[in-house]
Amino acid sequence: MESSDVYMELEPIAGENEIVLQSVVERQFGDSIRALLSETLKEEGISNVKLNVVDRGALECTLRARLEVLLSRSRGGENA
Amino acid sequence: MDKVVKTLREAIQLSGLKDGGRISFHHHLRNGDYVLNMVMEELASMGFKNLSVNASSLFDCHLPLIDHIKNGVVTEIITDYVSGGFGAALSEGVLEKPVQFYTHGGRPAAIINGSTPIDVAFIGAPTADTMGNMTGKIGKSACGSMGYAYADAMYAEKVIAITDNLVPYPLPMPSIDETYVDYVVSVDEIGNPAGIVSGTTKITRDPVGLVMAETAAKAIKASGLLKDGFSFQTGAGGATLAAAQFVKDIMIKENIKGSFGCGGVTGYMVDMLNAGCFESLVDVQCFDLKAVESIRTNPKHVEVSAMRYASPFAKSAAVDSLDVVLLGATEVDVDFNVNVHTDSNGRMMGGSGGHSDTAAGAKMAMIIAPLSRARLPIVTERVFCKSTPGNTVDVLVTQKGVAVNPARPELAAALKDGGIKVVDIQELKKAAEQLCGSPKPLVRGDRVLADIIYRDGTLLDRIYNVK
Repeated sequence: MESSDVYMELEPIAGENEIVLQSVVERQFGDSIRALLSETLKEEGISNVKLNVVDRGALECTLRARLEVLLSRSRGGENA
Repeated sequence: MDKVVKTLREAIQLSGLKDGGRISFHHHLRNGDYVLNMVMEELASMGFKNLSVNASSLFDCHLPLIDHIKNGVVTEIITDYVSGGFGAALSEGVLEKPVQFYTHGGRPAAIINGSTPIDVAFIGAPTADTMGNMTGKIGKSACGSMGYAYADAMYAEKVIAITDNLVPYPLPMPSIDETYVDYVVSVDEIGNPAGIVSGTTKITRDPVGLVMAETAAKAIKASGLLKDGFSFQTGAGGATLAAAQFVKDIMIKENIKGSFGCGGVTGYMVDMLNAGCFESLVDVQCFDLKAVESIRTNPKHVEVSAMRYASPFAKSAAVDSLDVVLLGATEVDVDFNVNVHTDSNGRMMGGSGGHSDTAAGAKMAMIIAPLSRARLPIVTERVFCKSTPGNTVDVLVTQKGVAVNPARPELAAALKDGGIKVVDIQELKKAAEQLCGSPKPLVRGDRVLADIIYRDGTLLDRIYNVK
């Protein structure tokens, strides 16, 4: 994966949303990345998922875009 | 008289090295070096303790040294540069005493003035004769220049040459000659040629890097320094090499005859020499095969000691005659201080090398760095570690504009006249933060991991652990 990109995987789980983040900028942006992703899941009305994220220093717009496409694909949408 | 000693162990015994002794190594064999590990293993098996290791640079191939630290064989490290893997291991805090970081010019100065004396220098020599005349230009482990080893050879109490190409006396045109050498040891291999020099150093193809490189070349032109007699140094980083290529194009197009190219030398500088851009190359270290080939065959490509390259206490050094140096950075702060020692997590992953020496000497020291790398702004309020003081840095080139040190208003005016987008460094910091967001700052612990010794021997900064 390129620097400044991010890879995400979604899986259904029984409990509440869970975000597993591995990031090269954990120290500097870990909390804000987790907040952004869980906020986006909430906005999209998604629950009972585990989101696995491998981040190489993606900007917020990239993080959001990757998650939106992932959700769209998971629903069998046009980006599937 | 016979200087050839059968084994390394015998040479060590003859040298009179004692516990607590100070030994040294050069780094011309770079990440292919076998000499340091070979010597340290022998010293450990002989039971030595408490040694001080002064190595001009340390690479990932030297990781076994970490175990010698843990076992008490080595209790002090003096160096100018550590690679990422080695630096990360040191950053765990295995060494009780802070690492002593010098510069490529400050290191020989400190050896010569007695601040960091050497008891025994172990000098890996790609070719040596039976009396210790040696050169890096020939042999299966050829590395080209041996510039960093001169001070060690000339000022250590005892000098042991270690070679994998022992030739009959006398070796024609030695770099370091027999007058300094006590013992010669022949071994099978002093290094792995694949790690000693890279086949080719590559120019960046990253579009951001190319934009910065082209801007840098235009800024050099606009500075007024790019005229007959021009002298120039560039690092081996992708963007700085690309900038050199653009500078070369301008020089050829406008028929500008420069005086010398300097530094760690790559094939790109050799191309500039051969294209008539320079009268000569002043070479303290070769980075690739083309540079090694050139220094062996072209009398205009001259090997120099680290003293002549950059010593602040020499009566003059090549860096004092430099017009422009192009340098990289992991961080630059709003006062133009530059960090090249630590990564974004505060771990050691570099060192000054000749960064602060050339910045101090050159008429224009230019840093090339993107606004951010992997979401981390490069322009910050305060660098985590000060490697090169801001008062020696003139220009910062980013993809979003060029910042000029406020102490150089005439330079800012010249760049503006030349059509360069000159911006306040605060604006670059703001632009980076808008793009990336504001990172949480690293929290310093209380443990000093390293001292940054400026080229004149004064303490410039310290690297602390990160909580």
